[in-house]
Parts: sequence; structure tokens; C-alpha cells
Amino acid sequence: MSALKIKKGSTKHSAYNLRPTFSEHLETHTLAVIVDNEPGVLARVIGLFSGRGYNIDSLTVAEIDHEGHQSRITIVTTGTPQVIEQIKAQLGRIVPVHEVHDLTVEGRSVERELALLKVSGSGDKRVEALRLADIFRAQVVDSTLESFVFQITGTPEKVDAFADLMRPLGLQEVARTGVAALARGTE
Amino acid sequence: MSKAMTGAKMVVQALRDQGVDTVFGYPGGAVLPIYDEIFQQNDIRHILVRHEQGAVHAAEGYARATGKPGVCLVTSGPGATNAVTGLTDALMDSIPIVVLTGQVPTFMIGSDAFQEADTVGITRPCTKHNWLVKETEKLSATIHEAFHVATAGRPGPVLVDIPKDVQFASADYQPRNAAKTQRYQPQVKGDMEMITKLVEAIETAKRPVFYTGGGVINSGPAASQLLRELVDATGFPITSTLMGLGAYPASGRGWLGMLGMHGLYEANLAMHGCDLMINVGARFDDRITGRLDAFSPNSRKAHIDIDPSSINKVVRTDFPIIGDVGHVLEDVLKVWKARGRKVNREGLQRWWAEIEEWKKVDCLKYKPSGKTIRPQHAMARLEALTKDRDRYICTEVGQHQMWAAQYLGFEDPNRWMTSGGLGTMGYGFPASIGVQMGHPDALVINVAGEASWLMNMQELGTAVQFRLPVKQFILNNERLGMVRQWQELLHGERYSHSWSEALPDFVKLAEAFGCKGIICKDPADLDDAIMEMIEHDGPVVFDCLVEKHENCFPMIPSGEPHNKMLLGEASTKDAIGAKGAVMV
Repeated sequence: MSALKIKKGSTKHSAYNLRPTFSEHLETHTLAVIVDNEPGVLARVIGLFSGRGYNIDSLTVAEIDHEGHQSRITIVTTGTPQVIEQIKAQLGRIVPVHEVHDLTVEGRSVERELALLKVSGSGDKRVEALRLADIFRAQVVDSTLESFVFQITGTPEKVDAFADLMRPLGLQEVARTGVAALARGTE
Repeated sequence: MSKAMTGAKMVVQALRDQGVDTVFGYPGGAVLPIYDEIFQQNDIRHILVRHEQGAVHAAEGYARATGKPGVCLVTSGPGATNAVTGLTDALMDSIPIVVLTGQVPTFMIGSDAFQEADTVGITRPCTKHNWLVKETEKLSATIHEAFHVATAGRPGPVLVDIPKDVQFASADYQPRNAAKTQRYQPQVKGDMEMITKLVEAIETAKRPVFYTGGGVINSGPAASQLLRELVDATGFPITSTLMGLGAYPASGRGWLGMLGMHGLYEANLAMHGCDLMINVGARFDDRITGRLDAFSPNSRKAHIDIDPSSINKVVRTDFPIIGDVGHVLEDVLKVWKARGRKVNREGLQRWWAEIEEWKKVDCLKYKPSGKTIRPQHAMARLEALTKDRDRYICTEVGQHQMWAAQYLGFEDPNRWMTSGGLGTMGYGFPASIGVQMGHPDALVINVAGEASWLMNMQELGTAVQFRLPVKQFILNNERLGMVRQWQELLHGERYSHSWSEALPDFVKLAEAFGCKGIICKDPADLDDAIMEMIEHDGPVVFDCLVEKHENCFPMIPSGEPHNKMLLGEASTKDAIGAKGAVMV
């Protein structure tokens, strides 16, 4: 017993038990990050996520302003509200990052993703695949006597639903672009 | 007017334009053109270290002691990889340094050439920003931007990787003011509405405490001055992290001493019991908070920090203020004065009475021994014999570092150089070399442990070559003291690999390098030996043989809150439970 009357062996937690004071409730957010299109900028963003243990559900990047050398990175991420705030603040610290927008909290937004799905089969299954593609407004972009490649655009949920339906009909391969997103309205 | 020159010349010109007078470095194949330019000029002094890690720590020491960015020049491959520990150290402690690395020629990058490494890839996570310069046209502007990024906002290390062909080729030099700096402009002014809310809280708080950190030092001497004014005018108590020592003087009436894992009893209890915590430029590090769910349970918390990602990172803040400490403190003072300089006198009086009771515990008391030198006693004597001098203190990492922080008093900022965030053994000796370069006439002492000191002891060559009279005050317990202490507390006194066999004779070692060595083991000789060290004009290695199994107290055991400190007299067995033992 010490002068402070600490019971021997009374310690139950570790000094690094860092997450007890915040909510554990998980949220999914879509972030739009405007960056200078320079070497290594994507590595900086991805390194931040891997180095600090954040999740990347989807990531899309392309140059959007050739003259101004700017790219837009759209990241869908999942975490507690505190982690989401940290991600935004940490992204904002990266020198070539100009803007960080949380489309999930900054009003309504449009999110779209493109996917290509290869489905092979014959007979009824082939007919059914084509019929479902029509319902989902997927286009046939390649065709053989034994297979189709469908192109579908929509929300990630719509792409998921279409892929699920194609699975029993002979789905071979899927390529998805990840989410591109913009805020709705004039701003 | 811009004018054409080689990339190598451009490097030296850009350093000159940035006001750099000292560069710490080590040559190699990929930086030879730059070394050739350094040879042909006299404005910039180059300090040849003995290992690139030493160059970076020396630059850190220089930066911390002068407030100016430290500069390093190292070669490609191993030169760059040896710099990584120093870069990470500077990132953790927010020290502005600019590291220039050579690289294999652009046309060989990616070919696994001799001494090639993906330097920007390796250093991306341990720099604030880094650049690989592939065109000489962009070199000067990039170096200027590098200095801007290193020093603006929360300071930190940056690295510019320069391929050898870029050093040889010629292009127009871009002067400093032509460089682009607009894309990195952190916010320095705090939000006035939040500042006013904080002032309202200051006016009514019954049990307030200032909790200050390295950000005050980084903000510059004016910030320390404003902090002193605010603390003294309000009469609030103040504690500081390891990194913030000296921002408020140890002799000041509000001073409670350092807080945290090995902080003072009164400082930690004030943090635990306060109703208003004002965090100025600190970051709620885990060495400070202890167990988070029991951290200062009944306080409202203000957090002033220039880095938005520090706010709400680990502790939820009631008054978040993003801005430079100096600017924000100035506004806080202005608003507080304009509103009539109010504080809750009655509450404060009771609060101080409570704190005085805690102070009576006298948590740093120790019994000097007549036979062996107790490390606390060595620190107390060093303090007594050096405190009135123009003194700078560096440390390595471990028990001696904590004893230095506890027993030495710092009256001014920029006088205390230590590796806080990363905890880099081997930091202190090269850092002391950097400090001495910045302050040639000052008394620079590195308080060390023998194990840490041996990690970068090769820098004795640097100290001797450049006649830097750095004093290496080694508390030699022939143990990795802090590791041993934790093994005693956590691992049943099984001292696995925590003692050093085959230690050198430090006196002979010093003499082998051509400098002075002193050994002291009798407490009766200690004062004379310390005086001999101070008065010797040149580097000294002081081998102070101390009590071998001394533990560092007070201590907040792993996984405990502030109010469950272990004091020196406490029984320490089984104080840390199985879950606490998982963590360091």
C-alpha cells in the first residue's frame, strides 16, 4: 500500500486504452478531396489511411483541371464520428491538399459508380440475364455466343443489387470504378 | 533578377537566402557537387558529423535552441535511411528541420542503382512534406517552399531529394520571394467568439489550471512572454509537459512542475481535480493523460493548438481554439483585460490552499547517500552549480531524462532539448552539438544515461574536431534504467537484457578521442568534479557512477489515472495489473 492507498494489483486498464470516452457508433461518409496533381499525392492520402488505421471503402481519383493541375479524390470511409473528424483534419494537413468536403454532412449529394460485369451462360440463364439488365438499364458492351459484358452505372447499392442477381446466372468477373460524387444544387 | 547557375550552386545560394549559417552533414557520391560548392564559399559553416542520424539530431538541437530551422545535407541511399530516425523524432516533437538528400541521377532512378533508395517513399510518413526535384528549373523554388513548410504552422521536418544530374545541370535561380508559399497557409488567428467563451470560463473558474506544451516554445519567445503575463495576472496554477519546460519559469509563483507519468504529485492532482483546464500548445499525449476514461473527470477543457487535427483527437474539448499560441494568448489577454480582469478570487484561494497541501507531500524528496551517488542528488547538485549560468540542457531518453526534467529548473524557453514524442535514445549528444553551434559561448550539458549515450558516441569526433565544449554528464548505472524499472514493476524482477556488460572506460574513451574524461563515484567528490567539468574549456565526458537500482518516482502506473500516483516511498510491487503490462 502506498501513501495514496492504492490497492495492490488494482489496475485494470492500460495507459494506451485510448477509445473509451467516445461513441463506438460507425458512420459511412463520402469525402471529396481536391489536391494538386503532383507525384506522390495519392500515396500521401493512402499512406495516411493505412498509417493511422482508417478504413477505405472506395477510392476514386482523376485529374479534373489539367491547366490548374488539380485532381479530385473521392473517398468513401467508415468510422466513428470522432475518427471521421480526424480523417478530415488529417487530410487537411497534407500540403498539396486544397479542400476537403464531407459530402455526407454538407447537404445532399449525388453518388454514382460504374461497373462492368462479365456473365457467361446459355439458354434460359442467358435470356434472364439480358432481361434483368434491361430492368437495371445496364448496357451490353460486349457479346459472344456464350457471354455478355454489361455496363451499369448507379449508386453502389444498385450495382451491388445487380451483381447479386447476376451471380446465379453465371457472373464471372466484376470491375468497379468506385464512387464519384458531387453535391447537389448550385453551390 | 534571376540568374543561371548549376543546381549545386543553387542549393548553397538558396540556403544563404534563407539565412542559414550552419549545415550538419556527411558527404557521399550523390551529393558531391553540392559539397564542391560548399568548399568554395565561407558563408555557411558545415559541421561534419560521424553518422547521418547525428546530423539530424544536431539540426534538431540547433533548431530548438535558436528558433531557426536546422539544416542537414546527406547523401542518397544509406545517408537518407540513416536520417529517418531523426526525421521521425522531429515530426513527433514538431521541430523545423530541412534535410537535403542526394539521389542517383534521374535516368537511373528505379534501376536499383548503387546507393539508390526510394527516399521520398521511405520518408513520406516521417516528414511534414517531401519533394523529389527532377528539374533544375524547380530546385531553388522547391527549397524555398521547403523552408516555408518546415516553419509555418505546426513546425516539422521536410526533405528535398536532389538527383545528381539535377545538381550538375544549370537553370535560372528563383529568389526567395518568388517561391510559391500560398498553398500552405495555416490559420494563426483564433476564433474570437470561442476566445470570449474561454475568457468567461476563466472569470468564473474555481479550480483552473494551465496545461502548456511544446507549442508555446515553438510559437516563439513572445508566446512565452504572453503566457507568463496571463498566468501571473490571473494567479492560476500552471503545469507543463516535458516539451514545454521553460515557457513559464520554474521560479514563477504559479509553477507546479512537470505533469504526466513521471510528473509532480501536485501537478497531476491539479490536473485531476481542476474544473477548467486550459491546454496551451500541448496534445493530450498518453504519457500525460494516463487512463483516458478517468482523465480530469470534472473539468471543462480548452485547447489552443495550431494543428486542427490535434483538437478532439484523444480528449473532447469544450473550447477548441485553432490558432498560433502567441496570437491566441494575446487575444485572450486583450479580451480578459477589456472585461475587467475578473477571476474567482475566493475559489482560487481555496484551490491554492488545496494545492499547497499536495506540495507538502514533497514528492521529489530523496535521502542522499554517503556511499553512492543517488541520481537525484547528482541532478540537484548539477542544478545548484549551473543554474546561474547561460545554460542549455539536452538529454537522452530514460530515467535520467525524467530526473533532469524533475530536478533541473528552466527559467527560459529554448533551453531544454529532449526527445519527447519519439523517445529516441542517442538524441542528446548530437543535439548538444547542434545547440553549441547555435550558442558558441553557452554552457551546453547533455544529461545522459550510459546506454543512450553509447548509441551516438561516435559524435565525440565531431565535438573534438569543431572544438565544441559540450559536457556529457552521464548518469552511469550500468543498466538500461527505465527498462529495468519496468521489468521490476511489471515482469517479476526478471531483468532480461537490461544491463550493460563490457561497458567502456569512459575516461579512456574520451581520451582516445582527444578530449577530457572525468569519473566520479563518491558523493563527497561530486561538486568538485562538476566544477572541473564546467571549467574545462573543451568537450568533457563525465562518468558519474550512480546507484544502480534506483527507480524514478513519482510514477503513474500504466492504465491508472492521475490521482493514483506511486510515490518514492510507495510499495511498488504488483502496482500494475496484467492489462496495464501489455503497454509500454
